Amino acid sequence: MTLKECKTGMSVRVENIGDSLLKERLMTMGLIPGTTVKVLRSAPLGDPMAIGIRSYNLAMRREDADKIEVTQVG
Amino acid sequence: MATMAMDNNIIRVALTGNPNTGKSTIFNEITGARQKIGNWPGVTVDKKEGHVTFEGKHIQVIDLPGTYSVNARSPEEKIVIDYLQEAQLDLVVDVIDSSNIERNLFLTVQLLEKGIPLMLDLNMQDEAKRRGIKIDVKKLEKKLGYPVLLTVARDGKSIKNLLNVFTSVSMESYGPSEELQAHIAKIQEIENSGLTGMDLQEAIIKQRYAFIDEILSEVAEFSSVGSTLTEKMDSVLANGVLALPLFLAILYAVFQITFEWIGQPIADALEEVITGDFTEWVAGALEGAQVADWMQALILDGIIGGVGSVIIFVPLIFMLFFCLSFLDGTGYMARVAFIMDPIMRRAGLSGKSVMPLMMGFGCGVPSIMGARALDNEKDRILSILAAPFLTCGAKLPIMALFAAMFFPDNAANVVFAMYIVGVVMAIVSTKLLTAAKYKDETATFLLELPPYRMPDMKTVLLETWDKGKGYLVKAGTIIFVGCVLIWFLGAFNMDGMVEEQSESFLASIGAVVGALFTFHGFGNWEAGAAVISGILAKESVVSTIGVLYGLPDISAEAEDAVETAEALSATGMAAAFTSLSALAFMVFSQIYTPCVTALGTIKKETNSWKMMFFAAGYMFALAWVVSLIVYQGGKLLGFE
Repeated sequence: MTLKECKTGMSVRVENIGDSLLKERLMTMGLIPGTTVKVLRSAPLGDPMAIGIRSYNLAMRREDADKIEVTQVG
Repeated sequence: MATMAMDNNIIRVALTGNPNTGKSTIFNEITGARQKIGNWPGVTVDKKEGHVTFEGKHIQVIDLPGTYSVNARSPEEKIVIDYLQEAQLDLVVDVIDSSNIERNLFLTVQLLEKGIPLMLDLNMQDEAKRRGIKIDVKKLEKKLGYPVLLTVARDGKSIKNLLNVFTSVSMESYGPSEELQAHIAKIQEIENSGLTGMDLQEAIIKQRYAFIDEILSEVAEFSSVGSTLTEKMDSVLANGVLALPLFLAILYAVFQITFEWIGQPIADALEEVITGDFTEWVAGALEGAQVADWMQALILDGIIGGVGSVIIFVPLIFMLFFCLSFLDGTGYMARVAFIMDPIMRRAGLSGKSVMPLMMGFGCGVPSIMGARALDNEKDRILSILAAPFLTCGAKLPIMALFAAMFFPDNAANVVFAMYIVGVVMAIVSTKLLTAAKYKDETATFLLELPPYRMPDMKTVLLETWDKGKGYLVKAGTIIFVGCVLIWFLGAFNMDGMVEEQSESFLASIGAVVGALFTFHGFGNWEAGAAVISGILAKESVVSTIGVLYGLPDISAEAEDAVETAEALSATGMAAAFTSLSALAFMVFSQIYTPCVTALGTIKKETNSWKMMFFAAGYMFALAWVVSLIVYQGGKLLGFE
C-alpha cells in the first residue's frame, strides 16, 4: 500500500520511499523507513493531504505520497 | 570556527535553526529596531543583522535563514553553511522548537558533524509542556557535549537570559561528547563505504535519525495529551468544505480592513493634505521665491502630483502587509496554501501563491513582493508574472468609467467580466509561460503546518515596516523619474512649453502609439496617450482622458464613474469609441504592461532587468493580441 491510499485517521509505518525530487527533503524532515506516520486530513478537494510525523504536521500532494510505501499499524 | 573574532570588543552571534521555531522572534526581541535587512549577495534571501548593547558589551546578531538541513540544495541552506564555516563568530545559537525536537535536532546534528560548535536554545518551552514533552537539559548537554539553554520566545526573562549567555559563555570549554564522536565516526564510515548518490544520502540520514532517537530515548519524555488546540482549529480551518468559505471570509475581512475600515480613510486624509494644504503651501513658497514658471509647473504638477499619487498608496500597502504578516505569524497562511493548492495547481501555480495573488486585486506591488514566500524559482516567477493581470485598485476606475459610458444598462456585469478577464489571462499566461520555459520542471509541494500561535507583535510590525519602507524608497525613486518624464512630455514640444497638451510631445507620441490600435477601433492619439500614462500609473488613465477631452477636473474615483461618464458623453470621447472599441480598450487596459511601480518591483524581486523588460513587452503584446481578437471577433459577429 502507498501513503496515497491511506484513509484519514490511519497510522502507518513507512517501508520505502521511491525516488523523487522530494525524497531527500522528505527524509531530512524525518520521514524515513521505520517512521510512524498518522494521516490527519485532506484539503477540501481531497488533495494535498496532511500527515502527522515526529510531533509535527506536514502537507504533501497525493502524487508524491504515492511514492511512499507503507504498512498499517493502527 | 572556534577562533575568536578579530575585534574583542564586539561579540558576534549567529542564530540558526529550522523555520517556525521562533528564531526571528528572538532576533526581533533582542535587537528591536536596531536591525537592518538587506539581501545576501546574488539571491533574494533576506539578510538580517542587528546589534544590542548589554551590560556595556556590544553584541552583533545575525539571523540566518531558517532551514531544515544544510545539504546546500537551496540558496538558503548554502548561505547558512557557508556563513557558519567562513564568518568569524563568537557564538552560534541553534534555536530549537522544543515541541518538535526530533526533527529540529537533525540540523543540530548535521552542524555538529561539520565541526561547528553550537549552543542549543530549546525554545517554545511553554508549548512543549502543553504537548506533554519534557526534556532533561543536563542530560542533553552531556549527551552532545555542548551547552543547552531553555527559553520561551517572547518573555523578557528568556531574552535577558540569552543576552547573559551571549556575553559570558565561552565555547572553547565545550567539545563533542563520546557519543557524538562515535556518531561522527559512523557517518565517516558510511561515507567511505562505497555508497553513492541517493543511497549514500539515505544511509547518512538514517544514521542521523538513529542517533537522535537514541539521545531522545534517554533525555526526553513524551507523555500523550489529548488533541491539541492546533488539531481542533485545523479540524475546522483546514478540513472539509467549510474551510473554503472560512478562507473567503477571512480574506474579505483583510480587504475590508485595508480598503474600507483603516487603510483607505488614512489614504484619503493623506490625499487631502497633499493635494490641498501642502500643494498650496509649496505653490506659495515657489511664488515667493520667484522660481521660473516651468520649474513651478514641474514641481507642482509633475513631482507633487505624481509622487503624491504614490504616497497615497502607502497606508494601503502598510495595512495590507500588516494583515499579511499577522496572518503569517498565526500559522494560518500555511493552511491557506494547503486548502487552495488543488485549485491553484490546476491553474499552473502552487497553493503557496494564493495569498500573494489575492493581494493583486488591491495592488500589484505587494502581490509581486509576496511571491518571496514561495519556495522555488519556477513558482516565484510564475506568481510574479501572474499578479499584474489581476484588476488592481487603480484599474478599477478605468473599467467603471468605460462601462458606465458605453454599457450603461450592464455596467456592473461588464466590470465583473473584466475581473474574470484578468483571472483568465493570469491562468492563460501561466500556462503559456510554463509550456515555454518550465516544461520539464516538476513543481513540488511540501509544507510544514506549524502549530497555531499568537503572533509576536514586534515581529509583525517590523516586517510591515520593512516591506512598506522598501515600497516607499525603491519604487518611489522610479515613480519620481517617471513623473518628471511624463510631465515633461505633456508640457513641451520642440518649440518649448506648450499651451495645449494636444501640441505636446505626449500628443505626438500618443499618435504613434494610437496608430498601433488602428485595427482595435481606438487608433486615436488620445487613447494612445492614455495608454502611455497608464504605464506610469493606472490611476492616471482616467485623469489623462479627462484632460485630453477638455474636462481636467473629472473624478478618477470608481464610485463617481456614472457622473464622470455623463460629463464625458458630451465630449468628443463619445464619438471616439463605439461600444465594441470601448470593450477592446477595457480588455487592453486590463492586460497590458503594468505600471512602472510594479515593473520596478519586478526588477527588484527578480533581480533582473531582463525579466522586467520581458514582462513589460510580453504583457503589452498579449494585450494587443487579445484586444484585437475582441474587436475583430466582435465585428465579425455583427457587434458595434
